[in-house]
Amino acid sequence: MSRLEKKFKQLQDSGRKGLITFITAGDPDLEATCALVETLAAAGADVVELGVPFSDPLADGPTIQKASGRALKQGVTLKKILETVIEIRRRSDIPLVLMSYYNPIFSYNLERFVADAVSAGVDGVIVPDLPLEESLPLRNLAAGRLAVVPLAAPTTAEARLQEIVAAGSGFLYYVTVTGITGARSDLPPELTATLDRVKKIAADLPLAAGFGISTPEQARLVGKHSDAVIVGSALVEIISRSGGGAAGRRELFDFVESLRRSLDAVAIPCVS
Amino acid sequence: MSTEIFAVPDDRGYFGVFGGRFVPETLIAALDELNSAWERFRHDADFQEELEGWLKDYCGRPTPLYRARKLEAELDIKEIYLKREDLAHTGAHKINNTIGQALLACRMGKRRLIAETGAGQHGVATATAAALFGLDCEVYMGEKDIERQAMNVYRMELLGAKVIPVSSGSRTLKDATNEAIRDWVTNVGDTHYIIGSVVGPHPYPAMVRDFQRVIGVETRRQILAINDLLPDVIFACVGGGSNAIGIFHPFLEDDLQLVGVEAAGTGIASGAHSAPLSAGRPGVLHGSMSYLLQTEDGQIKEAHSISAGLDYPGVGPEHSFLKDTGRAQYISVTDAEALEALRLLCRVEGIIPALESAHALAGVMLEAERLRDKVVVINLSGRGDKDVATLANLEAGEGK
Ligand SMILES: Cc1ncc(COP(=O)(O)O)c(C=O)c1O
Repeated sequence: MSRLEKKFKQLQDSGRKGLITFITAGDPDLEATCALVETLAAAGADVVELGVPFSDPLADGPTIQKASGRALKQGVTLKKILETVIEIRRRSDIPLVLMSYYNPIFSYNLERFVADAVSAGVDGVIVPDLPLEESLPLRNLAAGRLAVVPLAAPTTAEARLQEIVAAGSGFLYYVTVTGITGARSDLPPELTATLDRVKKIAADLPLAAGFGISTPEQARLVGKHSDAVIVGSALVEIISRSGGGAAGRRELFDFVESLRRSLDAVAIPCVS
Repeated sequence: MSTEIFAVPDDRGYFGVFGGRFVPETLIAALDELNSAWERFRHDADFQEELEGWLKDYCGRPTPLYRARKLEAELDIKEIYLKREDLAHTGAHKINNTIGQALLACRMGKRRLIAETGAGQHGVATATAAALFGLDCEVYMGEKDIERQAMNVYRMELLGAKVIPVSSGSRTLKDATNEAIRDWVTNVGDTHYIIGSVVGPHPYPAMVRDFQRVIGVETRRQILAINDLLPDVIFACVGGGSNAIGIFHPFLEDDLQLVGVEAAGTGIASGAHSAPLSAGRPGVLHGSMSYLLQTEDGQIKEAHSISAGLDYPGVGPEHSFLKDTGRAQYISVTDAEALEALRLLCRVEGIIPALESAHALAGVMLEAERLRDKVVVINLSGRGDKDVATLANLEAGEGK
């Protein structure tokens, strides 16, 4: 069983909701990334998503765009991120998922990417600009070795959602808003009902919901209707404000811990 | 060459290995909707008749095919014809596409148009179509382009569009396109995104091509009426590639040469250019697989050209396909060569071409030797009024 599968099984067995945290790798630098992953894990994150910076992140709002820009200025590359993962794996067993636009992976070479990611200790990959129809080459290479996490959105029709779930692995990343990443004060009012519907279709894949979630209250609400909650821009915002040093890590720890507590207050166990 | 290989794209939007749909899941439903609308209306007699009506009475089509005899004498080339897209309404070929897509948006019930623009020609053409059909219009434009194409910003505003400055990245067309896509992802329900060239996810490259084919269809009819023979070579500049594919496409199965001219900026070797077909490698940008300017690590490189409309690190997937199959050849000319061509056309023919279009002429000048006894058509994609300020600044800088 892979680290991701094991984690979701544990969560389900204990009736807890998963907390998936996103940070941009290399923001402010890769050394900080190692430490930040440990902070996230210590504060109660179940899975860490590492964003691979890209020059043209068209699914991202200003917060992650800027983080991406800062990382690129540091000379961060996919290759260096994989080296950092090796470093992280020396100390931590937390499931790690890379979030990368397609071109850096395609340019690296798909086959070599899958091999290097697996051997570095990466558990899955999320590619926001690689929809079902285009992901077959990557899925074929990754099969059984690396989860290729599919995305679904409010605009995804039901029949298509079934195909997406059938082809996916790891978990289903449900995009909670019709839009780009970034903290939002309001989530769509119909979201909880939608998540319940999606959960019925995605019975075989853990359901994680993200985009816009930035407060413990939102996390709790979404957690009630999913298996896991994904928080990104709110964390990246803290790092950009307070840095990747002791002060930033402290603040990040407190915030992630508050998300954790809020999620753990979701009383109802995961019913299918 | 067999005809089937040019019956592209396939139903997933692939021209050989190029094209496809590399976009966030949120947009797939909208692309499907657009594709079915386009599949339906491209064969719909009423739609086509209405489109033809607007192209004729509103855009001034057909545009002339003008024999440039003084240019022939100057360059010592047998025959040169200019396809005068500069005489189309708003001053460039871009209007062919925006009228078509705006009509389609009306049929789909979308009341808001968004667009990206580099030179501002596509923005102006979109704003024009929006005014004509009573639609809301917002245009994304890089801050750098807003500076160098100030007149077009003013034109868009006069036409009732809102111009949204883009300050990210290189502050040019690439970044304006990112921002337009982000807007579309967010407002996909009521908004139609009018892409300005044969780029983007399927069905855009095929659909925009089909709207621009009118250039080549007319050229064919016009040259046959004059000469009773097809030309030997057709030259067009290539930014995203819409004016080039528009004039090339109706001739793909004929025995003649097609030459696309990319912007070499300050020279390919300098690294500051916009010539992905000449000096890039395949990758994914803005929704499709095509030749790209990128770093070793797959980051998109900033392009450079004196011409804002060519200042883009990508190119339409069909051009990548035509390059790899050898059906079209792609060359590049520098900023300086384009400027020289622009000045020559002003002087000998009394036509101020757009800086973009001047690249096509510069390509002919570069290859004049081998074209001596040839019949050459140049797609004069737009007029140069928008570039006059840039030229004046340059001359001031040169101390002329
Ligand atoms: C006059 C003119 N020609 C050419 C272009 C380049 O676009 P494309 O390669 O799609 O024709 C532009 C773009 O702004 C333009 O304004």
